[in-house]
Amino acid sequence: MSEILSLALIFSAIRLATPLIFAALGGMFSERSGIINIALEGLMLAGAFTAAVATFELSNPYLGLLCGMAAGGAMASVYAIAVIKFEANQVVAGTAINFLMLGLPQLISGAVYDSSGSTPQIAKEFLLPEFFNRVSIASVLAFLLIPICWYIMYKTPFGLRLRAVGENPAAADAAGVKVIGLRYTAVIISGILAAAGGAYLSTGQSSLFTRGMTAGRGFIALAALILAKWKPVPVLLACLFFGFTEALTIPLANYRLASGETIPVQFVQIIPYVLTIIVLAGFIGLSRAPKALGIPYTKEK
Amino acid sequence: MKILREIISPLAAVFLAFVVGAIIVLLIKDNPIETYRILLANSFGSVKDIGWTLFYATPLIFTGLAVAVAFRCGLFNIGAEGQLYVAAFATAWVGIKFGGTVVDNVNWSWMSLPAILLVPLCIITAIVAGGIWGAIPGILRAKFGSSEVINTIMLNFIGIALVSYFTQYHFKNPGPILETAPIGKAAFIPQLHEYFSFIPKDVPLNFAFVIAVLMCVLVYIFLWKTKWGYELRAVGQNASAAEYGGISPQKQIITAMTISGALAGMVAINEVLGFRHNYYDGFSAELGFLGIAVALLGRNHPLGVFIAAIFFAILMRGEIFVDAFTRYVSKDIGLILQAIAILFVACLQKYSKK
Repeated sequence: MSEILSLALIFSAIRLATPLIFAALGGMFSERSGIINIALEGLMLAGAFTAAVATFELSNPYLGLLCGMAAGGAMASVYAIAVIKFEANQVVAGTAINFLMLGLPQLISGAVYDSSGSTPQIAKEFLLPEFFNRVSIASVLAFLLIPICWYIMYKTPFGLRLRAVGENPAAADAAGVKVIGLRYTAVIISGILAAAGGAYLSTGQSSLFTRGMTAGRGFIALAALILAKWKPVPVLLACLFFGFTEALTIPLANYRLASGETIPVQFVQIIPYVLTIIVLAGFIGLSRAPKALGIPYTKEK
Repeated sequence: MKILREIISPLAAVFLAFVVGAIIVLLIKDNPIETYRILLANSFGSVKDIGWTLFYATPLIFTGLAVAVAFRCGLFNIGAEGQLYVAAFATAWVGIKFGGTVVDNVNWSWMSLPAILLVPLCIITAIVAGGIWGAIPGILRAKFGSSEVINTIMLNFIGIALVSYFTQYHFKNPGPILETAPIGKAAFIPQLHEYFSFIPKDVPLNFAFVIAVLMCVLVYIFLWKTKWGYELRAVGQNASAAEYGGISPQKQIITAMTISGALAGMVAINEVLGFRHNYYDGFSAELGFLGIAVALLGRNHPLGVFIAAIFFAILMRGEIFVDAFTRYVSKDIGLILQAIAILFVACLQKYSKK
């Protein structure tokens, strides 16, 4: 087993966990305010596409990242208007955003770059840099975000209000908290963060945007968020764990048992999902969602 | 008046989607009117086009009905994708094992059943396999109160990974593609061109479409004309009131998710028995997720689901030609129109309830 468990595997796990951390933290803001965020996948795609285009056009990964985050925020505000102002069903609207982001980037890049849906390759020197050729600056940012988000969530009035709105919006409203405004802010933050995770995929882990390149990572981030019981520090651990299982599939694919057989990667791939179901069912500590999650708020007249 | 109110918001949503779509087409410097003409003309311009459109509509009817039944019980089945994959593999497995499949002197099967036994056996397998995969999140919701939304998403990944494992390690047909050996000929269901000579031979519209239409009728009868359907809808309307009235919400939740999964599983009838005649890894291009859109646009009513499935199928058929015959617009326009239509219909729901 020693050839599998190596330092390279740890770095690989961190790399793979990075986009998940961004997206899961984003999801945390939205869901803690009472808005389900199935759209994380689409918001990541918005970030990945915009960052890839902006980085290519401007030859600057940081501007690319900012543009990606702005696109994520913009797309999230579309989602926020749908679910907050129009009280659209959150799961349905989220699914719509995911579909939209599966189509729109291809349409645009197909028209602008005359390609079959991917963006042009970004030269290596314009990608997000890595320290010691191992740890991306995005990973460092992701790790720094954990204490920052923890502080915002638990030590600031904003965080307190956010949590109150997610648990009991009527009571928060009575106490003078602007429920609607807070929810808009929370959803837009979630879009910005999820998009940052997506941007890392297209301008750090790889060097271009390809169709549906998030490959379900938005949903995995959602699973990590639930596993972490909507709390920032456990989010880090859950994402690292998910990153680790994903990292394992790479060496495992080439690893042979003494009998000469390979270990099916599919069995490793499903571990996070099975675990999420088990945790959600309450077998390993209860994972309780914010009380008002998914319920639109209308002010009593 | 009631019908008018039911259809006005889906129609408005579709109209608005086409307006926004036109703006997007204009922004990428192409002609929206020409794009829409190509999109629609090739979907029902000839018998061949209509045949293809109905063929594309078939799986969407199944997944749309699946999502609608769960919706009527107040549940979200995001898991149709996983359910139809599991069902498709199981159906192919039965079709191979009992269909006398031999490829290049390798015998994959246990026995050769005649069509009269094998076809029903395969159809039952599709229904049962999908039903089981749908029942799991139903049971988890009923017994542990855990969200069926999250569990169905997780079970999508698990189901797709498991059938991919079985295909890759135990049933892979030699060659570069991840697919199983073909099912026995006795498991094939008839193509409609065999009965209707006006349908061109290259249109794969098959008996599964007839079953899909039949299921629309059966789901309607079940939901509105039987006691079981009444109880299921009662839980969807108001679970605690239903419980007070002596209906067990737990039982209804499990029933609804099982039926929902079974309906999603019936996609396998079209795909495996009627079209591809084997299990092909990754065959479903989001058919399960599109079911959510179909159900919603169809107001969770079987007739609405049928119409919405046809509409989506028109986009799926037409987008191929848009891709080929416009300068800039790619086939993604179909998916974009679908997405925007869902978003609008979800936003308009608030107003149509009143």
